[in-house]
Amino acid sequence: MENFINIFVQSIFIDNMIFAYFLGMCSYLAVSKSVKTANGLGIAVTFVLFITVPVNYLLNEFVLSEGALAWASRSLGGIDLGFLSFIVFIAIIAWIVQVVEMVVEKFAPALYNQLGIFLPLIAVNCAIMGASLFMQQRVGDVYHNFSDILAFALGSGIGWWLAIVGIAAIREKMKYSNVPKPLQGLGISFMITGLMAIAFMSFMGIKLIN
Amino acid sequence: MSSNNGLKVFTTPFNNGNPVTVLVLGVCSALAVTVKLQPAIVMALSVTVVTGFSNLIISFMRNTIPNSIRIIVQLLVIAALVILVNEVLKAYVYDVSKQLSVYVGLIITNCILMGRLEAFALGNKPIPSFVDGIANGMGYGMILIIVAFIRELLGSGTLFGMQIIPESWYAANGGFYLNNGLIILPPMALIILGCIIWVHRSINKDLQDK
Repeated sequence: MENFINIFVQSIFIDNMIFAYFLGMCSYLAVSKSVKTANGLGIAVTFVLFITVPVNYLLNEFVLSEGALAWASRSLGGIDLGFLSFIVFIAIIAWIVQVVEMVVEKFAPALYNQLGIFLPLIAVNCAIMGASLFMQQRVGDVYHNFSDILAFALGSGIGWWLAIVGIAAIREKMKYSNVPKPLQGLGISFMITGLMAIAFMSFMGIKLIN
Repeated sequence: MSSNNGLKVFTTPFNNGNPVTVLVLGVCSALAVTVKLQPAIVMALSVTVVTGFSNLIISFMRNTIPNSIRIIVQLLVIAALVILVNEVLKAYVYDVSKQLSVYVGLIITNCILMGRLEAFALGNKPIPSFVDGIANGMGYGMILIIVAFIRELLGSGTLFGMQIIPESWYAANGGFYLNNGLIILPPMALIILGCIIWVHRSINKDLQDK
C-alpha cells in the first residue's frame, strides 16, 4: 500500500507527463483555451491511460518480452517478440479507445457528450503511448507488480489532467493581460508551461518510503 | 497542389508552415531530446526518414484505402517504419538509441506524421508527397538543432561533446565561468522554444495571433 501511494504521488508531481517528459504537448497546447474543455480532455486521458497501461503491461509480461511465452509451451521460452511492441501497443491503444468510446456512448451518454469529441484524438496522444513505453522500460526495475502499474497509470493520468487544467486557467486569465504581439498565443503558453515546470521541480525528492 | 510548385512544397516547412513553431505538431519529442546535439540530430534524421517514406507509401495507396479505416492503416505503416528505424539505431548507434529511450517509439504518435498524411499524402501524387514529408522532417529537425545547440553550448560548454568554452575560464580552474545548470533541465527547453517562436513571429508578422 505504501508503495502504491509512493508511486502514485511520484507520477503526479515528480515524473509529471507534461513537465518532466513533455508528453501529450500537442493536445495540451491545442485544447487549453478554456478550463471546461481542458477538464473534459483531462478526464478522458486519465480514463484511457488507466485502461491501456495495465492491458499493455499484461501483454508485455505474457507475450512480448523475452521468454514471456514460456507459459504456453516450453519450446516457446526462447522467443523474444520485443521488437513488435511498438506496433502491438499502438494497435491495442487504438482498439481500446474505440471500445471505450462505444461503451461510454451506450452506458453513460452524459459522459459521452462531455468526452465525445476528445476520445478519438486520444489514440494519437503521445502521453498514452509514452506511458506504455515507460512502463515497458521500467518494469522489473522500478515497478514490480500489478498494483505498481495501476498506481503509475492513474498517477500519470491525474498529473496530465492537473497540468492541462492549470494552463487553461492561466490562459483564461491571460486574455486580460498585455502580452507583446509576437508572443501572444503559442509563445507565451510555452513560457508559462516552462515556469510551471520550474515550480513543479520543487517537488523533486519527495519520497514517502525509503 | 501540382508538382510545378515543388519548390514551394519544399520551402514552406522552413518558414510559414514550420511543423513545430507554426503548426504546433510534434512538440513532445522536440523538447525531450535536445539536451545534446548528437541525439537531436539522430532524432531529426529518424523523423525525416519516417515522414518521407510514410508519406510516399500512403500516397501510393491513397486511392485504395477505404476512408473509414484510414487512421489504422496510417498507424500501421508508421509503426512498421518506426520499428525499422529503431532496429537500425540499435544496431549502429547503440549509445544514442539508449539516450533517446522511449522517444524513438514515440515517433509513432508524433503528430507531424498523421498531420502530413492527412493534410498532404492522401490528396497528392507520390513524388510531391515524398518531398513534403522530407521537408517537414527537416523543418522539424531545424528547430531541434537550434534548441540543442543553445542548450548544449550554454548548459555543458560543449558541442558534439567537444569542449568549446576554454577550460581555463571555468571557476574550478581559477576562471570566472560556470555552466548554466538550469538550461539542461526540462523547463528551459520550453522557455527556449518560446523565445524561438517569439523571434520567428517578430520577423514574420503574418504568423501573429489576430
